[in-house]
Amino acid sequence: MKPFKFSAVNNPAEAITLINKNTDAAFLGGGTNLLDLMKEHVALPNEIIDIGNLSLKEIKATASGISLGALAKNTETANHPLIRKNFPVLSKAILAGASAQIRNMATNGGNLLQRTRCSYFYDIAMPCNKRNPGSGCAALEGFNRMHAIFGWTRDCVAVYPSDMAIALSALNASVKVLSSERERIIPFRDFHILPGAHPEKDNSLQHGELITAIEVPKNDFAEHSAYVKIRDRNSYAFALVSVAAGLTLNGNTIQTASIAMGGVAHKPWRALNAEAYLKDKAATAANFAKAAEAEMALAQPLAHNKFKIEMGKKALINALETAFKGNI
Amino acid sequence: MDFNKNVGQPVSRLEGKLKVTGQAKYAAEYEADNLLHGYVVSSPITKGKIININIAQAMAIPGVVDVLSHKNRTKLAWFDLQYTDMDAPPGTVFKPLADENILYNGQPIALVVAESYETARYAATQVIFEYEQETFQTDLESNIPNGRSAKKGFATALKPPPPPPTGDFLNSFEQAPVKVAATFQHGTEHHNPIELFATTTIYEGKGKLTIYDKTQGTINNQLYVANIFGLHYKDVRVLAPFVGGGFGSGLRPQYQLFLCVMAALHLKRNVRVVLERKQMFFFSHRPPVKQNLRFASDVEGNVTALGHSVFSETSNFEDYTEAIANWSHKLYPAPNTLFNHKVVPLDVYTPLDMRAPGGSTGMHAIECTMDELAHKLKIDPLELRLINYSEIDPSSNKPYTSKALRNCYLQAADKFGWSNRNPEPRSTKRGNKWVGYGMATGIWDAFQFPARVEAMITKDGRMVLNNATTDIGTGTLTVMTQIAADELGLSLEEVDFNYGDSKKPFSMFQGGSSITSSTGVAIVVAAKALRKKLLKKAAKMPDSPFKNSEDAEVFFSAGNMHLKDQPNVFVSLKNIIASNNGKPIKTTNMGKPHMLKLRKYSLATHSASFVEVEVDQDLGTVMVTRAVTAVAAGKIINPKTAAGQISGSMIWGISKALHEETFMDHNLGKYMNTNLGEYHIPVHADIGQLEVIFVEEKDELINEIGTKGVGEIGLVGMPAAISNAIFNATGKRIYKLPIHFDELMQ
Ligand SMILES: Cc1cc2nc3c(=O)[nH]c(=O)nc-3n(C[C@H](O)[C@H](O)[C@H](O)COP(=O)(O)OP(=O)(O)OC[C@H]3O[C@@H](n4cnc5c(N)ncnc54)[C@H](O)[C@@H]3O)c2cc1C
Ligand code: SF4
Repeated sequence: MKPFKFSAVNNPAEAITLINKNTDAAFLGGGTNLLDLMKEHVALPNEIIDIGNLSLKEIKATASGISLGALAKNTETANHPLIRKNFPVLSKAILAGASAQIRNMATNGGNLLQRTRCSYFYDIAMPCNKRNPGSGCAALEGFNRMHAIFGWTRDCVAVYPSDMAIALSALNASVKVLSSERERIIPFRDFHILPGAHPEKDNSLQHGELITAIEVPKNDFAEHSAYVKIRDRNSYAFALVSVAAGLTLNGNTIQTASIAMGGVAHKPWRALNAEAYLKDKAATAANFAKAAEAEMALAQPLAHNKFKIEMGKKALINALETAFKGNI
Repeated sequence: MDFNKNVGQPVSRLEGKLKVTGQAKYAAEYEADNLLHGYVVSSPITKGKIININIAQAMAIPGVVDVLSHKNRTKLAWFDLQYTDMDAPPGTVFKPLADENILYNGQPIALVVAESYETARYAATQVIFEYEQETFQTDLESNIPNGRSAKKGFATALKPPPPPPTGDFLNSFEQAPVKVAATFQHGTEHHNPIELFATTTIYEGKGKLTIYDKTQGTINNQLYVANIFGLHYKDVRVLAPFVGGGFGSGLRPQYQLFLCVMAALHLKRNVRVVLERKQMFFFSHRPPVKQNLRFASDVEGNVTALGHSVFSETSNFEDYTEAIANWSHKLYPAPNTLFNHKVVPLDVYTPLDMRAPGGSTGMHAIECTMDELAHKLKIDPLELRLINYSEIDPSSNKPYTSKALRNCYLQAADKFGWSNRNPEPRSTKRGNKWVGYGMATGIWDAFQFPARVEAMITKDGRMVLNNATTDIGTGTLTVMTQIAADELGLSLEEVDFNYGDSKKPFSMFQGGSSITSSTGVAIVVAAKALRKKLLKKAAKMPDSPFKNSEDAEVFFSAGNMHLKDQPNVFVSLKNIIASNNGKPIKTTNMGKPHMLKLRKYSLATHSASFVEVEVDQDLGTVMVTRAVTAVAAGKIINPKTAAGQISGSMIWGISKALHEETFMDHNLGKYMNTNLGEYHIPVHADIGQLEVIFVEEKDELINEIGTKGVGEIGLVGMPAAISNAIFNATGKRIYKLPIHFDELMQ
C-alpha cells in the first residue's frame, strides 16, 4: 500500500476544509471499497480523512419522506422499521448485496460511491480509461460477461455495481451534498452518469463535496414493489441483472410504474420505456412482457453478455409480477 | 488388542479446538528475529522477454532491502533434474527467476524484500520492467489441432494412459441400434485453499534452514530445496504442522518456497513470503478439457461400445495428464472400446491435480452419456447401471479387491426415494420451479504408498509415533491416533502422533486419498514390531509370566499386556519400560503395498450420488435441494471425519457443476476473476440437504487395515448427477461445466 497520511475529523466543516487542501485526499466511510482499491493500487490517495465520527448517522422521517444519514450503516438502514414498512424495496436491495459482514461496515454514502467491479479496472497492468484516462478500454474486446448493455461507449463498457442505488433510483431519491460553498441536492438520475468520453468520472460529485444524506420521498407503492437480483450464486455475488420495481395501482390498472435496472449500465438504469408502456395499462402478464420487450429492444450487448437481454426481460417480468402480487 | 475401540468411532478432530480458537499456527504465522518480508512481482505479460529492469525507484523507498530478479539472484543449480519434485510431470520443471524469458502470465519475475510486508508490496509497483512481447496461445478450443500424446515419465505410473482399444469400436458403434454421441467442455478451476501459500524461512547459519511451508509434502519440499540450493538434506527441515487446505495445490513445491529460501540464503536473514489471493491463480489449476464420447448399446441396454477421447490443456514445458478416459471400462463391460487422450500445450503454467483429478472430469461426461443412453432406451438410469454392473474390472479383467457399488446404488436410491422419479423430462413442478432427479456413479483409485513410522512406548506408558505426513485438514492426526491407540490397547489421550515435519520418517505427499492407507498401514506394521519388542522385554523381567509366550498369546488393553488364556495375568507398559531403565522401547518400520499380491486385482473406491434440483421456470436458476451419496471405501476409521470429507466434496461437486470456473481473457492470456468475490464457489444459501451413507465393504486383500481412502470419491459422481437432474427437470442437457443458468432460460 502506498504510504498515506491519516486524520479523523469531528464535524462536516472540518472534513471539507481538510479535503479542499489536498486534491489527492479521500474520505473514509466503511472502507470496504476504498481500502480494497488501495491494496490493488487502483486508488492512490496520499491522505485519508476518516469521517466515521461525523454525526451523519441518523435515519429519520421527514415531512416529505425519509432521510438516510450518509454514515448510517447499510445493515442498520435495511433493518430500520420505517424502511421495512414504507420502503421495503430498499431494504430488500441492500440485503441482496455483499455479505452481512460487509453490510455491517458499509455506509450509505460509501455505497453510492462504490466503483465498478470491472476486472480490468482492478488490474493496474491493464489499459483502462476509467483508471488511467486515454489508455484504452481492455474490456471492450475482452472478457465482458459482466459488462453493460445500455448506455456504454467505446471508451468504457463498465457497469455500476450497487444494489442499494437501484432501489433508490426507482424510489426517486436524491443526494444531499455539502461543500465549502453550498449545500446542494442532486436528483438521483443526475447523480450517477454515463461514461461518455470521460469514464474516469462515475458521478457528478466534485472533489471537496461531502455526501451528508440521502433523501427518499414518500411513495404509494410500498405494498406493490419488488427487488429481483439475478446472480451466479444465491448470495455474495454481484448482479448479472437486477430490477427494482414499484407499481402505483388503481385496482388492476397501473397508474405509474417506477422501474430501475442494475447490472446493465454505468449507472442505475431507469427503464423509462417500460415505464411509459405500462402507464395506464392493465396489470397483465401480456403487458408486463410487452413492457420488458420495449425496454430490452434498445439493448446493445457485447461479445459475452448477449444473455443479459433475455435475462433482463425475465427479470423485469418477474419483478413486475411480484410487485403486482404484492407479496414483498 | 482392543480392535474397534477407537477405530470406527466418530471421534472429533483432536486439533479442532486449537483451530477454532486461533491457536493453530500456519506457515505465515511463525515469528522470527528481524524477519524480512518478500513480495512477489508477477509478470503482466504472457509471453516474451524482460529486456530491462530498473530497481532504483523501489530501492529508494525506506525499508526496502533488495529486489531479486534473474539479474542478481544467487547462483543456482544447473541441471533441470535438480529442480524436479516427486509430483513433476514429464518435461522441464519451471525454474523461477532462471532467465529473462516469460512463459506464462503471472510468472514470478522478481522478489522485493523489505522490512515490512506493506513496504515490499508498495515497492513492487515501483520496479520498472521493460518487455519484448511475443504472441501466445492460451485457448484450448482453437488449439485442439495441436493435441498430441503426452510424454511418459515418473508420474505415468499413477496416471496411466487410457487402456488400448478392444474389439472393433468403429464398426460396432456404427451398427448399434442405440447410440449417443456428445462433446463435453470443462472450464479451468483453481484450488483456492483458504490458507494463502506462504513460507517462513529461518536462517540458522552454517548452511542450515528451518522452513515453515504450506505444503502437502514436507519431504518433497525438503528434497527440492536441498537439491536446488546445494544444501545437505539433513540441514533442511521443512515443517507444516497445520495446513489450511490443499486440494492438490500443495502437491508440488510452489514458487513462494523457492523465492523465500533464495532470499534467506542471499541475504542471510530470516524471510517470509506470502502470496496474495490473486497470485494463487498464477500456478496450479485444474486444466480445461474437451471430451468426445460415443456410447452404444443393444436394445436391452447392454453397453456394446465405449468411445472416449480427451483433449486436455498442459503447459509448454511439462506434460501434465490426468486419468480421464480410463474410467468407463472399469465399470461397464463392453466388447468394443476406443479411448485416447491428447494434451494440448499452451502458454500457461502447468496444471496440477485438483481433488479427484481426471475422475471428476471424466466421470461427468461418462455418466451424463449413460443417462442419455438410458433416456433413449427408455430404461431407468439406475436400472441401466445395474444391467451393466460388473463384479470384475472389465478393462483389465481382474477382480476387485472389493466392490460394494451395488449396495451404494441400492441404499442411496432407497434413502433418496428414487422410485418416485418421474422419467418424463420437464413434467414435474413445485410452484414455479421445475423439479428433477438425477443419479450418477463415482469411482476413484485406492492408492497406498510406502511410508515409515517410528513408534515407541515411553516411560510414562505413552505411545509416541513419528511420520512426515501432513494433515491438510482431513483429520489425519485423529485417524492415525485412533489406529495406533487400538494397536496397543491405549486411549486416544495416551497416543502422540507427530507429523508435518520432514525430519520424521518418510511419507509421500498427501494426495490421491492415500495417507490413511499409507501411514495407517505403517503404524500397524510398526505397532506389531513394537508389541514384539515389548513382549521380549517383558519376558526378561524377573519371574515373568510371559517367559514362554508367543506374540499371538498376548493382548494389550488399558495400558497393560495380558496373557490371552489368563487375562488377569498382566504387566503394565510402564513397568516394561521401567525394566528397560526407563528408556523408551522403539522401532521404525516400513508399511508398503503388497505389490505382488495386488497385481492380480483392481483397486477402487465406488460411490453413487442421487440429486434433486429445482430450476426456476423463468429465470433458469438452479438449486440442488437435496443429495444423497453412498460410498464404498473399505473400512471407515472415523465416520465423522470421513463424512466431512464426503459432504465437503459433494459441495465441491455442486461447485463444479454450477459455480466454479476461472475465466481467461485469451487476448491477454490472463485469468480475470482472480479473487474469491468473483471466483464463485457455493455459499451456504446454495447448499441444500446433504446425506452421506457409508456402505459396508470388508476388504481383507487391499492392505492390513482394509481402508481405501475417502478424500476424493465424494466429488466424482456429483457433477453428472446434477447435470442429469437438470435434464430431468428441464429437458435440457448442458454439456459445458459449470452450467451457467442463462443457458437454461427458455
Ligand atoms: C466482496 C464484496 C462483495 C460485494 N458485493 C456487493 C453486492 O453484491 N452489491 C452491492 O451493492 N455492493 C457490494 N459490495 C460493495 C459494498 O456495498 C461497498 O463496498 C460498500 O457499500 C461501500 O461503502 P463504504 O462505506 O465501505 O465505502 P468506502 O470504501 O469507505 O468509500 C467508498 C468511496 O466513497 C467515498 N466516500 C465515502 N463516504 C463518503 C461521503 N459521505 N461523502 C463523500 N465521499 C464519501 C470514499 O472516499 C470512497 O471513494 C461488495 C463489496 C465487497 C468487498
Ligand atoms: S469497461 Fe471501463 S472500467 Fe472496464 S476497462 Fe473499460 S474503461 Fe476500464
